[in-house]
Amino acid sequence: MSHVFSAAPVAPKTALWMRGAAALLAVALLGGTGSAMAQDAAKAGASTASAEPAPKRGGTLTAIIQPEPVILTAALNSAAPTGVVTGSIFDGLVDYDSKLNPVPALATSWETSKDGRTLTLKLRPGVTWHDGKPFTSADVKWTLEEVWKKIHPRNQATFAKVISVDTPDDLTVVLHLSEPSVAILSSLNSNGAQVLPKHLYEGTDILNNPYNNKPVGTGAFVFKEWSRGNYLVLERNPNYWDKGKPYLDKVIFKVIPDAAGRAAALEKGEVQYGVLSPVPLKDAERLSKLPTLRVSTAGYEWLSPWLFADFNVERPQLKDPKVRQALAHVIDRNTISKVVWFGFAQPATSPIPSTLAAFHDAGGISYPVDLKKAEALLDEAGYKRGADGTRFSLDVDYIPYGDDFKRTAEYIKQALKRVGIEANVRTQDTAAYTKRVYGDRDFDIAITWFAAFSDPQVGVSRAYLSGAVGKNIPWTNGSGYRNPKVDAQLTAVQGEADVEKRIQIFKDFQKTVLTDLPSLPLVELKFFTVEAANLRHPAPTGDQVYGSFRDFWFEDVKAN
Amino acid sequence: MAALAHLRRGFVQIAFVVLGIAIINFFLLRLAPGDAAQVMAGEAGSATPEYMAALRRQFGLDQPLHVQFFSYLKNVLTLNLGYSFRQGLPVSELIAHRVGPTLLLMGASIGFAITVGGTLGFLAARHAGKAADTIISILALLFYATPVFWVGVMLVVVFSVALDWLPVGGMITIEAGHTGLAYAWDVAQHLVLPTLTLGLFYLAIYTRLMRASMLEVYGQDFVRTARAKGVRAHRIAVRHVLRNALLPIVTTLGVQLGSVLGGAILVETVFSWPGLGRLAFEALFQRDLNLLLGILFCSSIVVVLINLAVDVIYTLLDPRISLGGTP
Repeated sequence: MSHVFSAAPVAPKTALWMRGAAALLAVALLGGTGSAMAQDAAKAGASTASAEPAPKRGGTLTAIIQPEPVILTAALNSAAPTGVVTGSIFDGLVDYDSKLNPVPALATSWETSKDGRTLTLKLRPGVTWHDGKPFTSADVKWTLEEVWKKIHPRNQATFAKVISVDTPDDLTVVLHLSEPSVAILSSLNSNGAQVLPKHLYEGTDILNNPYNNKPVGTGAFVFKEWSRGNYLVLERNPNYWDKGKPYLDKVIFKVIPDAAGRAAALEKGEVQYGVLSPVPLKDAERLSKLPTLRVSTAGYEWLSPWLFADFNVERPQLKDPKVRQALAHVIDRNTISKVVWFGFAQPATSPIPSTLAAFHDAGGISYPVDLKKAEALLDEAGYKRGADGTRFSLDVDYIPYGDDFKRTAEYIKQALKRVGIEANVRTQDTAAYTKRVYGDRDFDIAITWFAAFSDPQVGVSRAYLSGAVGKNIPWTNGSGYRNPKVDAQLTAVQGEADVEKRIQIFKDFQKTVLTDLPSLPLVELKFFTVEAANLRHPAPTGDQVYGSFRDFWFEDVKAN
Repeated sequence: MAALAHLRRGFVQIAFVVLGIAIINFFLLRLAPGDAAQVMAGEAGSATPEYMAALRRQFGLDQPLHVQFFSYLKNVLTLNLGYSFRQGLPVSELIAHRVGPTLLLMGASIGFAITVGGTLGFLAARHAGKAADTIISILALLFYATPVFWVGVMLVVVFSVALDWLPVGGMITIEAGHTGLAYAWDVAQHLVLPTLTLGLFYLAIYTRLMRASMLEVYGQDFVRTARAKGVRAHRIAVRHVLRNALLPIVTTLGVQLGSVLGGAILVETVFSWPGLGRLAFEALFQRDLNLLLGILFCSSIVVVLINLAVDVIYTLLDPRISLGGTP
């Protein structure tokens, strides 16, 4: 029974399964998540193969939101739940297709000047905020200058090169850059760069503005009600710029804190949509076999999440790259993806995930499982086995986002034992974890995941830039790795306009960090979406997880 | 008069106890590593020093501890529960919003437990040693020993998913938009499973307690006297035994009501019930100290008030007990 899972629908293996699975549709399937996924591919395939019927109006979509968002403005908080809810309330300047190319949304076109220092965006005419005021270039300029550059946790870096913004007319925004900045175009969707209504925010205390929790956006759905700890209601925007859309009357997000409760609600049809792996991995397989549900891993390309283990390079045992390389030869990424993550992952070979195809290149450096070599490297580094067979002991901390992360830590403990390293797995809550790793630096090995986003400058650089080490800023450089060469490379890519040169720098960077190995890439995570089989929509965009429900509709409106 | 003096003394004591609890809570909660800004930055998946500083400034966490403490103390003394920066709402509003569902769930389940559990205990005691007693005792032991969340999940699997009789979770069917009686009926349907789950656990306690307590009273002289006088068995059980056996029940009830505001975190989580327990639990993980302190403060007031109420109820049940000390 194979568990191999391929994200690409054209991969021959998947295609084969699709045929097999299609034949077995509605029959109990072969075990294994791989086949379960294939069945979903087949379900989806069947719908696209036949002539696409006209979307039907009406119905209420009930979706899971878990955990509950903190605020409803992704421009101020880049946490996932906020992104999921606000994707339908705020349209982005662009959306991203599954290849991560920008497609028009609020911006109809964009143009970078030859020297890469001017970016001109043309906005869509006739778009209004939910309160009826027109959406104009002034909103974009104000949000960029006051929110993205000053408050947004990621965009301060992404938009750092913007020195001024011109608005020659209501529908044109011109960004003037001190240096070319390619990464901007990969962060312009609703989640990456959410535009706020200037007329409701200007001159207020932005972080405490009441509209943060009752947002006024431009999107397909209008915020209606938020009952804390309970549910959120959005209603159809009758004045949406894309006439005839959205098709749904209402969207309800239910807060369902218990994983078993979420699985039961999906199974019973009380909720019809859940993103970001809403149920435990082993339930996903069971649910995907139900004729009423579909499980798919599309729509997360923009996130490109990867799981890795940071080695604290300031610890005496882990100071020597030889020791870190030895550990890499012991930890089997294949086992982690197939056994620990039930196939909802694929082995990572580089900190730049393979979904960022242009940049991804391990440069021929790999660490296949090789216990002999690992033992030799450890001996060479001066850590011989003691009388009891033990070389030294380490603590392993993991981000407490669920059982899968804990099992990863437990697997690493087992693996290290084989070469005489005793590991002790420690558990704590999120606040204690981030303080330990990014503040106190009181750890040996820390397991966590980052989103790489569609440009490594946005998501990967932060794990290796030395500026933030020990400053208690979550999701930065946890290993404590300080390499002036890497710092210089990661700074150079920010202002490099030549796409090829930029890619080359990132390739050199991967070679360096894969040799020094301050952090070991473990697996590329595959988040999944569970949705009702009668819920229809075009193929998910690359950022569908934070996208809009504007194109969603029910085959059988009455059923809801 | 003695009773009134006792009550007055009680209220003065309450004020000090509550204030003391508030102060201890304030310092105790600050022992947890990390702060709210860190949690928010952690959830955001990205952060910069400027972003963290802006959050800390917004939350007032950049102030020295003694400044934070005195402003908290001032708030407590003016009965102002403060503001939850994380949720962007006043703490009192958050609590007010959640207290209804919590009271409903706890009231329903304790009511269910005490009536059914009390009755079962009563029956078991009357038929002590017989088959009925054995069956009831085994059932009670079973409910008592089964983990609450497991019972909850099983009830959902059977009654919601398989039989489709009752909703999986939540408190209302939001999309239906019910009002009036339909709304009440809708809430009642949502209430059944969480009430049963929580109630079955409490039920076991009351059954065992009632049985033990009645058996103890049965062994006393005045019951033997009543029997000798030829009073009917049923009348003995109700008039003589039950009433005397109620005292320990009231004590337990008082203890349980005291934890009402804490809610039932597990049951609220399994059934997505929007209650206070979950609010407190999440506030702890989010280091939302203002909110957590507010909930703890309200809970401590409820606990001391209920203790006082239990004292009063004792005197009503048993005329030999009085509030003012020796009669």
